[in-house]
Amino acid sequence: MALIECKNLTLSYDNKPVIENVSFTLEEGSYFCIVGENGSGKSTLIKAILGLKKPVSGTIDFAENLSQTEIGFIPQHSEIQDAFPASVKEVVLSGCLNSCGILPFYRKAQIKKANYTMELLGITEIAKKSFKNLSGGQRQRVLLARALCATNKVLLLDEPVNGLDPVVTEELYKIINDLNEKGITIIMVSHDIRSVAKYAKQVLHLDKEQWFCGSIDEYRDSEIGHSFLCDHSHCEHEHHEHNKSEEEETV
Amino acid sequence: MNALLEMLSFPFMTRALIAGSLIALSAALLGVTLVLKRYSMIGDGLSHVGFGAMAVAALLNVAPLVVAIPVVVIAAFILLRFQNQAKLRGDTAIAVISTGFLAVGVILIHFSKGGNVDLMNYMFGSILALREIDVWTGIVLSVIVTAAFILLYNRIFAITFDETFAKATGIRTGFYNTVLAILTAITIVLGMRLMGALLISGLIIFPAITAMNLFRSFKKVVVTSGIVAVVSVVSGLIVSYFFGIPTGAGIVCINVTLLILSALISRIIKKD
Ligand SMILES: Nc1ncnc2c1ncn2[C@@H]1O[C@H](COP(=O)(O)OP(=O)(O)O)[C@@H](O)[C@H]1O
Ligand SMILES: [Mg+2]
Repeated sequence: MALIECKNLTLSYDNKPVIENVSFTLEEGSYFCIVGENGSGKSTLIKAILGLKKPVSGTIDFAENLSQTEIGFIPQHSEIQDAFPASVKEVVLSGCLNSCGILPFYRKAQIKKANYTMELLGITEIAKKSFKNLSGGQRQRVLLARALCATNKVLLLDEPVNGLDPVVTEELYKIINDLNEKGITIIMVSHDIRSVAKYAKQVLHLDKEQWFCGSIDEYRDSEIGHSFLCDHSHCEHEHHEHNKSEEEETV
Repeated sequence: MNALLEMLSFPFMTRALIAGSLIALSAALLGVTLVLKRYSMIGDGLSHVGFGAMAVAALLNVAPLVVAIPVVVIAAFILLRFQNQAKLRGDTAIAVISTGFLAVGVILIHFSKGGNVDLMNYMFGSILALREIDVWTGIVLSVIVTAAFILLYNRIFAITFDETFAKATGIRTGFYNTVLAILTAITIVLGMRLMGALLISGLIIFPAITAMNLFRSFKKVVVTSGIVAVVSVVSGLIVSYFFGIPTGAGIVCINVTLLILSALISRIIKKD
């Protein structure tokens, strides 16, 4: 069943199109990776899905059981100021606001949910700590916990591992994958081609002139996908060929 | 001690203490958000607009708040609009509007009856400036501001911390920013008589920064900021009563002292 369906979507800034006529269907439970060069419009597409950017033309439709404000989101560069005084718990709780309705304060259910997501992400011990003193990896966990408070269906992550060291990156991918296995749909913008190859079920490749959307296997076989996967990592084929030529030389 | 009791026997002094504390509380609560959203210069700009508006009211001989509140609210809307477009244009807009209104205000006050004494009072604050009607409006409006802040506390936190995320989860950030602008405008106009046009923004900025030196959670910062503001207004009023100095200047000096103390304390105790 389609959870989010984009049809002929065009997005632009100041009448200059960033994305033109993109269509895709996002299945429930999918692990959907958006890839493409810098400036190809990935973050802009994320903003459109969140309702923060109006499409010039085309539509974005949500399944009946999903409202646009029920999406958990981790922004690309965190716009959060370095010196902001906020405890981890305050940050995580703020994700619960969309279920508050018109009530001014959090209820028991929401506090419980915040505690649960903090437990899930292993940040209960630092709940009282100040957000600004956390490491990059801890911050991403806190923001992930906040996003999980806002949703139990879809997570949108815009380059979530940017600036993290390899070990922490791996940890975060594992957490995200676990969440996906629990049934949460993942939409992730990524530059990290290995993680895409490893985890993605569907890939949307955005480029200045063209775009591609399909399952990860279709993507591997496509021209655009093949070149992207090979350009950005040591492609297995290449390895084989290298080895062969080396062997030939030694012979 | 006797001197203190004697001070309280003056009605103008009790008025100033009550209204001043309440206005300081509203200013400090809003101040935390304004400072964190980097809107604190808007407070400064608005006070100068308010100064011009009050000068017009003085010249026309109408109640100052009646003229100043709507003018400052409108100015707040315009400045917020500019601020959201581009940082540089926002700052320039504030400078242009505030110096313009300040200059016009100074000229108008020069031509109305009071002359230099009045000008001093407007710019730097005076205990004697508060009339009974000012006190009552001050009390009512600052209770409204504080109540609104408490009711909207969680939403204000969300849009201050991360406006994009807040918007994505369906919080009407535009609406709440507008509410904040209106509350700020009202608070500034109310505080101007006591603090003076040039010093009222101190009431918004100092307590927030002092509190941020001491605490690392939003709630603690908000509460501390309120306490610091009330303490500084009360002690500032007492100081200015005994030494006969302009109240705004007295209050800001106390705030500067508290700020320096808090910076020293935060150096000594590195909190996490
Ligand atoms: N607020 C904006 N105003 C004008 N142009 C923008 C804005 N944000 C992004 N752009 C432009 O839109 C294009 C796509 O940006 P973005 O979606 O951030 O790309 P990506 O996330 O794929 O790197 C870029 O060329 C960028 O310069
Ligand atoms: Mg981007």
